[in-house]
Amino acid sequence: MRFLFKTDYEDDIRLFPHSGYIVSYGILLAFLAVAPFVLSSYLVSQLVFVCIYATVGVGLMILTGFTGQASLGHAAFLAIGAYTAAYLQQYNVPFPVYFLAGGLLTGVVGALVGFPALRLTGIYLVIATISFAFIVEEVLARWESVTHGNEGMRVKTLSLFGQAVPQNGPAFYFLCLGVLILTIIGTLNLLRSPTGRAFVAIRDSETAARSMGVNVSLYKVKSFAISAAITGLAGVLFAHKLSFISPEMFTLQLSIEFIIVILIGGTFSLHGAVLGAIFLVMIDPFLTYLKDDLPVIIAGIAATFGADSITAGKIHGNVAAIASANGLKGAIYGVIIVLFVLFEPLGLYGRWLKIKLFFQLFPLYKRATFKRQKIYVKSERNR
Amino acid sequence: MLDFVQQLVSGIALGCVYGLIALGFVLIYKATEVVNFAQGDLMMLGGFFAFTFIGMLGLNYWLGFAGAVIAMAAFGMLAERVVVRPILGYPQFSIIMATIGLGYFLRSVVGMIWGTDDFKIETPFSDGVLRIGSLVLAYDKLSVIAATIILCALLYLFFNRTTLGTAMRASSENMLAAYYMGIPVKRVVSIVWAIAAAVATAAGVLLAPITFIHSNVGLVLGLKAFPAAVLGGFGSIPGAVVGGVLIGVIESMAGFYLPQGWKDVAPYIVLLVVLLLKPEGLFGIHMRKKV
Repeated sequence: MRFLFKTDYEDDIRLFPHSGYIVSYGILLAFLAVAPFVLSSYLVSQLVFVCIYATVGVGLMILTGFTGQASLGHAAFLAIGAYTAAYLQQYNVPFPVYFLAGGLLTGVVGALVGFPALRLTGIYLVIATISFAFIVEEVLARWESVTHGNEGMRVKTLSLFGQAVPQNGPAFYFLCLGVLILTIIGTLNLLRSPTGRAFVAIRDSETAARSMGVNVSLYKVKSFAISAAITGLAGVLFAHKLSFISPEMFTLQLSIEFIIVILIGGTFSLHGAVLGAIFLVMIDPFLTYLKDDLPVIIAGIAATFGADSITAGKIHGNVAAIASANGLKGAIYGVIIVLFVLFEPLGLYGRWLKIKLFFQLFPLYKRATFKRQKIYVKSERNR
Repeated sequence: MLDFVQQLVSGIALGCVYGLIALGFVLIYKATEVVNFAQGDLMMLGGFFAFTFIGMLGLNYWLGFAGAVIAMAAFGMLAERVVVRPILGYPQFSIIMATIGLGYFLRSVVGMIWGTDDFKIETPFSDGVLRIGSLVLAYDKLSVIAATIILCALLYLFFNRTTLGTAMRASSENMLAAYYMGIPVKRVVSIVWAIAAAVATAAGVLLAPITFIHSNVGLVLGLKAFPAAVLGGFGSIPGAVVGGVLIGVIESMAGFYLPQGWKDVAPYIVLLVVLLLKPEGLFGIHMRKKV
């Protein structure tokens, strides 16, 4: 086990606490750099979605994970970013300008949502953000002079400095990856600044934060604005990736998916946003694979254990019928959410930390290290 | 004027359905501080149970109704045991996510079993109207209003007058203290879920003649019931019904007098305004932390 000897605050807030981090992130970066040239175009396309979802996840993590304000309305912020891009593109505004404009506008809207949210906590905030998302969705469907209503809008191929960047090419992948990496670095820096510390203080106890002199209202609005702005930037990329946007893409379902991203990844670290995005985006190809191959595999196993060919054939048929049933994806989503909440509340990154600690402390690892405290008293829940 | 009254009555009937779903939210919230996002889906499942008993097995309407309510009460207990009990006491957000997951699961399983078509339950008051002067009121809508009033009164009395109701309120206030006082907290929570599921089933069955039941009906109506519960102040039984009726009336008025599109957003706009001006809702109690 490696012991980090910290002598001052500078040591404590380093982005790379020791050289191992540089090596492992370097390897990861190298892999990501060669990925579009070795992986199939389908997987690269999924990787682009991972980048976009992870960017949204980072934005949501700032708000939900670090400031403790739940939101089920992030699809609306994504929509505002996407529509800003599509609208400005009609007037031949260059990409860098509308990219930033999308982020800025969404940030302003986020701040506007943040003001009413100041007085709300917990369930009330969740419902208020859902309402906001519904209103945005309806506005997008009705404001036809700008958004073309339910017909949706075409988004032209992205062009950067006179070069076309098709949404399936490696260049677009690198653009999304670059945005994700910059967002992560920016967020890490934000979190070790006084603003980030204030966010965490508000999450842990609003009352305590206020009594330590943190301006709770100001920082909550800031958190909303920053989170929304990042989601808006992701929205611009999202619009380009899909090359067509319409209001019914940005429903509550999408907001829930974003929450699933950070929930499955682990809501206490930025790693969680990326891991969750990988999980959520890759579940689709995985399910397709299951649908195609699982019946054969299970029938094969049955045959090896002495089932005759008729029984094996029956098993094959039954499993195939279950695997291709309509709406199976929804059931699997539901089960995954419930299982994660029940058994892995710290998410995938939490599991990784547990495994790491197990080997570092071997054989002295204790399960109770990661046990969460339960609160049974109502007044304790008012932070 | 006649149009107005007609709209008012249909708004109230719709609002009573929202109110019934919101009652389920409020019951569970009152007793356990858990917000059940799957409440609408419990309603949907209850509707499908009733459809199976009445429409497919051909039972008598009231028998099928009772059967569905009992079956769903058992299901509510099961859902509580499997999904909610292990995480009681954890942050609210985790529990919300777990119930969202439960909702996903129920919707898609129902879609797989019963298909995604619309279904209709034949009821004794499906057709037939009550005429007062030139005002025409359908029996199915009146039945919803009557059932809501009865259920609301029963539940109100139950919570405020019976020992079990008091035990529920006590365990909501402080689970540990309630446990030390000899209240079987786990059983209490389980019973609350059973009652909430039963109320949801009643809503689902009464709703079936008005809007058909299909696998997504719970999501759509559940999301409308949220504003109702919040408007009433999330912990108040009469509040839930009043909130539901307000939302229903606002929705049907907006659909009638305002341009297209306002109908769906009007409840949410009202909700946001209420949250801005009076975050604890119309009947809620504001909670503060003592330092």
